[in-house]
Amino acid sequence: MNDMTPEGYTTADGRKIGSVVMEMKNITLRFGGVVAIKDISFDIRQGEIRAIIGPNGAGKSSMLNVISGFYNPQEGEVWYKGERRPPMKPFEVAQQGIARTFQNIALFEGMTVLDNVMTGRIREMKAGLFSQAIWKGKAEREEVENRAVVEKVIDFLEIQHIRKTPVGRLPYGLKKRVELARALAAEPSILLLDEPMAGMNVEEKEDMSRFILDVNDEFGTTIALIEHDMGVVMDLSDRVVVMDYGKKIGDGTPDEVRNNQDVIDAYLGVAHD
Amino acid sequence: MFYREAGDFKTSYTEDNQTFPIKFDRYRYYAVLVFAFAVVPFVINDYWVNAVFLPFLIYAIAAIGLNILVGYCGQVSLGTGGFMAVGAYAVYKLMTSFPDVSMFIHVILAGVITAGVGVLFGLPSLRIKGFYLAVATLAAQFFLVWLFNRVPWFYNYSASGQISAPERTVLGVPITGAETAPWAAYLFCLVFVTVCAIIARNLTRGMAGRKWMAIRDMDIAAEIIGVNPLKAKLTAFAVSSFFVGISGALFFSVYLGAVEVGEVFGINKSFLVLFMVIIGGLGSIFGSFAGAAFLVLLPVLLKNTLVGGLGWPTDLAAHLEFIIVGALIIIFLIAEPHGLAQLWRVTKEKLRLWPFPH
Repeated sequence: MNDMTPEGYTTADGRKIGSVVMEMKNITLRFGGVVAIKDISFDIRQGEIRAIIGPNGAGKSSMLNVISGFYNPQEGEVWYKGERRPPMKPFEVAQQGIARTFQNIALFEGMTVLDNVMTGRIREMKAGLFSQAIWKGKAEREEVENRAVVEKVIDFLEIQHIRKTPVGRLPYGLKKRVELARALAAEPSILLLDEPMAGMNVEEKEDMSRFILDVNDEFGTTIALIEHDMGVVMDLSDRVVVMDYGKKIGDGTPDEVRNNQDVIDAYLGVAHD
Repeated sequence: MFYREAGDFKTSYTEDNQTFPIKFDRYRYYAVLVFAFAVVPFVINDYWVNAVFLPFLIYAIAAIGLNILVGYCGQVSLGTGGFMAVGAYAVYKLMTSFPDVSMFIHVILAGVITAGVGVLFGLPSLRIKGFYLAVATLAAQFFLVWLFNRVPWFYNYSASGQISAPERTVLGVPITGAETAPWAAYLFCLVFVTVCAIIARNLTRGMAGRKWMAIRDMDIAAEIIGVNPLKAKLTAFAVSSFFVGISGALFFSVYLGAVEVGEVFGINKSFLVLFMVIIGGLGSIFGSFAGAAFLVLLPVLLKNTLVGGLGWPTDLAAHLEFIIVGALIIIFLIAEPHGLAQLWRVTKEKLRLWPFPH
């Protein structure tokens, strides 16, 4: 990747990638004596699909949790849109435009698909309790306006037929899609996906990959994802961070990472002599 | 066949967002409203009002309030009796301090005061969950009852320690006190029930309700998508206590007229309202009504059948009543753990097809 400049770069398939939108600087995260993440730095650029990979227990999910504000690292800085982000609660991070999905689906089981996706619009719906109580004015207007946005997302992910179904009744693959819909409804500037393909069959994986690419393509959403399926990662992502035992052992395009000796050692094992 | 949604098309999101999107439901709801407001007041007598309608309406408000907290927001509360007492004593102090102000305003203000107290006792919910929160709200229950018993200012230094409602009017019609006409008391409560139910429904189908349910279903995920848990839980406590306070105020001023706090607003009351919510159906406004109706009407019905119909002695009937009500609760919960509201939902789904098999 020789054409990498502060303004961005062009990917192999000709997409223009913008400037840095989020930068992690020397992040260290400890739980008591356990060091989950050790001195990791990387950046995420506008419009790219950035993958974080690594063997089990490498600290990938912890990294995602740092980005989404769930953990605050002991050392290091998170820079977002050119500003250093102070330690924040998760809901404050969400209000800044970072949405995510979870490894184990975290939908609201008792609510319908529509209501679940509507919760994604939380940033835009600011009507007071009184207005909501009488269902007039701002509250009613917001419901209709945001419903229109949500319906677009629902159309996009092809879940129209289940909008009024309680989420608890849906099969796994659809739940994953609803979760993506909820994150997308927020119109996030960065979308974090924690193992979006986990537990899916080939067909569902293909569908999900298509959706991820379409989201990136149509809305220009920056995506950071964790995934174990190497085929998917190498096909989808523009740049890959590789972690092992909390350390970064590789960073670059899929091709660069694939040929990195440290990465090969981490995945295939290495003879200790 | 009798209940159908086929052919009921909506062309705008406003239509789809209605309280009753299905035409049949909507008309049935209007019919019930017309009946309750225009027919019932003319035919009821003192017995019906005091034995059936007032307790049903007032408990329905309390159940709606508690349902918002437990059913929609997932925060278990055993402090309902205490919060009802706050409503009752607030309305008493307001009635005696400002005799010329309309009862409507007093009752609403009592609700507002209770909302404030509810928020205060809701603060622990930010740190503790589930059974532990239930115990914390239990503390509210005992503390509030103790407070109203021990601080004479609350009962205006009366010798008996009781509070009793003086005569107050709305638009010149007495609502409290001995001179109250049955229909006036009934209508007064009915207005509150209707407005409370509409407000509760509006809140729960909008963003506030979604935030509450998100907290209930998975609080971590709720926070990650941007729900402020502090605000969501405290608004649930505030709104819930507002309704419970109104019901407490009505229970004292319109229904009983005189109250001794430990007796009327004790822990039993908290459990009774909680049972109404559980039997009626958590997370359902209709369920709140159904639960209140079940626990208010069933004892009356049993008493009338056993004592009036079969001529049994009153004490035997009273004991049997406990047994039967208890057994029925268990049977209902085994048959449908999600309450009467779920039973109703299943019935509706069946009625959509009936009498055709597919």
